[in-house]
Amino acid sequence: MIGIVSYGGCVPRYRLNRMMVFMAMGWFNPVTMAAAGGEKAVANFDEDSITMAVSAAIDCLAAPAISRESIDGLYLASTTLPYSERLNAAIAASALDLNENCRTADFSSSLRASTSALLGAIDAIKSGANSNMLVAAADSRLGKMGSLQEMFFGDAGAALCVGSHDVIAEFKGSVSISADFPDHIRECGARFDRNWEERWMRDEGYSKLIPKALKKLAEKFSFDPQDVAKVIYPCHFGREHRAIGKRLGLERGQVQSMLMDEVGDSGSAHPLLMLIAALEQAKPGDKLVVVGYGNGADALLFQCTDAIADFKGPLGVSGCLQLKEDLNSYQKYTVFRNIVPMELGIRGETQAPTPLSVLWRERRQVMGLVGTKCQACGWAQYPSQRICVNPECGAIDQMEPYRFSDKPGTIFTYTGDMLAFSFDPPAVYGIVDFEGGGRTQMDFTDCLLEKIKVGQQVKMSFRRKYYDQQRGIHGYFWKAVPVAELG
Amino acid sequence: MASGIRDKVAIVGMGCTNFGELWNKGPADLMVDAMIEALEDSGLEKKQIDAAWLGACFDEVNVGKSAIPLSTALKLDFKPVTRVENFCASGTESFRAAAYAVAAGACDIALAMGVEKLKDTGYGGLPDFGTATGSTNRFIFPNLTAPGGFAMMATRYFDRYGLSREEGKRVLAHISSKSHHNGALNPKAHLRREVSIDQVMEAPIVADPLGLYDCCGVSDGGACAIITTPEIAKSLRPDPIYVKALQIAVTSGMEAAHNSWDGSHVETTCRAAIRAYEEAGIKSPRDEVSLMEVHDCFSITELVTYEDLQISPRGKARDDVESGFFDHDGQLPCQIDGGLKCFGHPIGASGLRMIYEVYKQLQGKADERQLSDPKVGLTHNLGGFPSGSVCSVAIFGK
Repeated sequence: MIGIVSYGGCVPRYRLNRMMVFMAMGWFNPVTMAAAGGEKAVANFDEDSITMAVSAAIDCLAAPAISRESIDGLYLASTTLPYSERLNAAIAASALDLNENCRTADFSSSLRASTSALLGAIDAIKSGANSNMLVAAADSRLGKMGSLQEMFFGDAGAALCVGSHDVIAEFKGSVSISADFPDHIRECGARFDRNWEERWMRDEGYSKLIPKALKKLAEKFSFDPQDVAKVIYPCHFGREHRAIGKRLGLERGQVQSMLMDEVGDSGSAHPLLMLIAALEQAKPGDKLVVVGYGNGADALLFQCTDAIADFKGPLGVSGCLQLKEDLNSYQKYTVFRNIVPMELGIRGETQAPTPLSVLWRERRQVMGLVGTKCQACGWAQYPSQRICVNPECGAIDQMEPYRFSDKPGTIFTYTGDMLAFSFDPPAVYGIVDFEGGGRTQMDFTDCLLEKIKVGQQVKMSFRRKYYDQQRGIHGYFWKAVPVAELG
Repeated sequence: MASGIRDKVAIVGMGCTNFGELWNKGPADLMVDAMIEALEDSGLEKKQIDAAWLGACFDEVNVGKSAIPLSTALKLDFKPVTRVENFCASGTESFRAAAYAVAAGACDIALAMGVEKLKDTGYGGLPDFGTATGSTNRFIFPNLTAPGGFAMMATRYFDRYGLSREEGKRVLAHISSKSHHNGALNPKAHLRREVSIDQVMEAPIVADPLGLYDCCGVSDGGACAIITTPEIAKSLRPDPIYVKALQIAVTSGMEAAHNSWDGSHVETTCRAAIRAYEEAGIKSPRDEVSLMEVHDCFSITELVTYEDLQISPRGKARDDVESGFFDHDGQLPCQIDGGLKCFGHPIGASGLRMIYEVYKQLQGKADERQLSDPKVGLTHNLGGFPSGSVCSVAIFGK
């Protein structure tokens, strides 16, 4: 049996109330009032598609049945990847400290990239080439200021682990349609999405291609759509989303919520995000159909196994939805997404070049947060050392690699620095003591200075550390997220 | 322990420029100005200098690398000259190198110079540390600043000794207010205005919990010392000042990476102080030291330094601060010249500026600021961050 073994979600902590967007930009395009309900998830200034995908994958790996060492492939799906050349999936794999023999690939250019990646992963397992594959998807798409897309688009990540042991949802089959349907386009290097007339997108796109794929899937695998527990398909036009279900003869409860009021349309991540939300509610025996839509469609049929009843571990989508903070500023959103030019000051301008050879040499330490543990005295230490930092020990070359990214820590001390450059001042950083030993200085993120305390628990989160615009380098590292802030 | 440097070298001349926003002076001007005062003070001529050391930190935006800027500014005529750098302890490092050269008999008369032109960096505060910590650390270190690094020690100190943020800030405010009071009397200081405890408390936050007046200023300056053997010193003037101890301690990385460091003290200060007192033969620092110039880059640094130097018991520096023990008219005046707080902190110059004040005080030539008959003066010059630092402790006497 091949199917989904685990899932994980990443909805960024910040939410932007759409009415606030309308209040800021509605003067220009009053039509956006029609989409001004609810809120959308907004990536923090240090989050992007790679970090959200990694965060979802970490959540996915929190399931007790999964060991990180057993993962032998990572497919990353996104239309908003930071690099055109330099494998984004390999960056995520090194952050996850996956095996060197891991198969990695990026899936991009279409909003159905995630379902294509999922099918690719399933095929890899079917073929026997791989045993456990991670599929991670994330998007952080931009609508221009005052556009409907600005209202629709939200930022999120989702991850699935597929394998053949401890399956919670068995893969039963799929159909795919390929169509060069140019409803919306984004040229290479462009930042903003551009679409053709919305009526045409709805009538000729969503409401024809999605039902077509679904009907074909039902025919091919001989099931009645009415017997499916949840049908999952994207369409950020609310009325059209409901109409598609009606046309297929589905009850309202059979159609998985688009999460528009909570997250927004997270692009290529969205089919998986909705699938995870459905899996969280699913019972043994439930059939789930998920459609990835974009320049055609992929439709996949899953059936939940008995194992889903006892599945625990990840935060998932529902967990992420509870952990939120109001961004409360449209201007802050535009700065976080680098939509408007900002006076960064001299500290914001300064960016020393990244020595890529050093980054390669130190990749496990930097990207994987892997330090060392002294085999002589047992002290864990970060950054990695050759001579033990414990003054009582001092053993030479008796170190073994030791991963800190999965260890909880506590705040030893901290400050909120108004002088250090940050897109969200003050820059909050401090010293973290890790459970099981080890200590290092780190940036903190997703927190308010006023609410953190010495001794508070933190967990590690992979984030963008800096962006060197001059040389096109995205620097990534780990930050500490104070845990009480998540509640 | 080796025999040390106690009474093996003497200072026969010192010079110190005014510190401040010296827009019209370049580093060469500052070095020449400091040297002229030191030569006049010593009665020596420039050609009698056998060797020189230059302490400077931010070379990329200041004097530049190597010793060439010093040798060309002073026209040292192909003498042996070396540049030293050890973050904010660079000034004392140039002094240490010169003192050791004389003590070793490698030369008779050595000059130690420290200079920094921070106002040419374009920054408020010190420039970015991104390139100062090596190519690996920049991938992992937070984008931290000096105030942030020391603010973390304040957070930890308050937590450890049960001080509320308000209580802690008030103790620190007393320290800054005291130094401003002293600096107001010093014509060479950059900031010469009294600041009340309430003003310190209410100032904008730079790095929580440290506010604007908890931080030293950013300024330009230069200072230098001429060092020679005790025999030559006695032939030159009746009141040379002798080096009693000169110690530095450099982090092993233990504080930042080993969980045993408590975060509310500076380990290098403790280690350097123990060795310095031993070298100088001091048994009870609290009773034997007459005045101190400590590295008050931030008010919290001065507070923990009182404890690290074994002047105040652990956790009790607050009592000494509040009782006026370190005030101008207290038992052990600290920062009698106004400290970094009022002079600002031109990195390479600060260590030598501290020695300048102790030298003048021990000679009885500190004008309005003069203390009555001080016997032993201590300088403390700290570079880096509490979690990883280089510290010098130097002791001087008659």
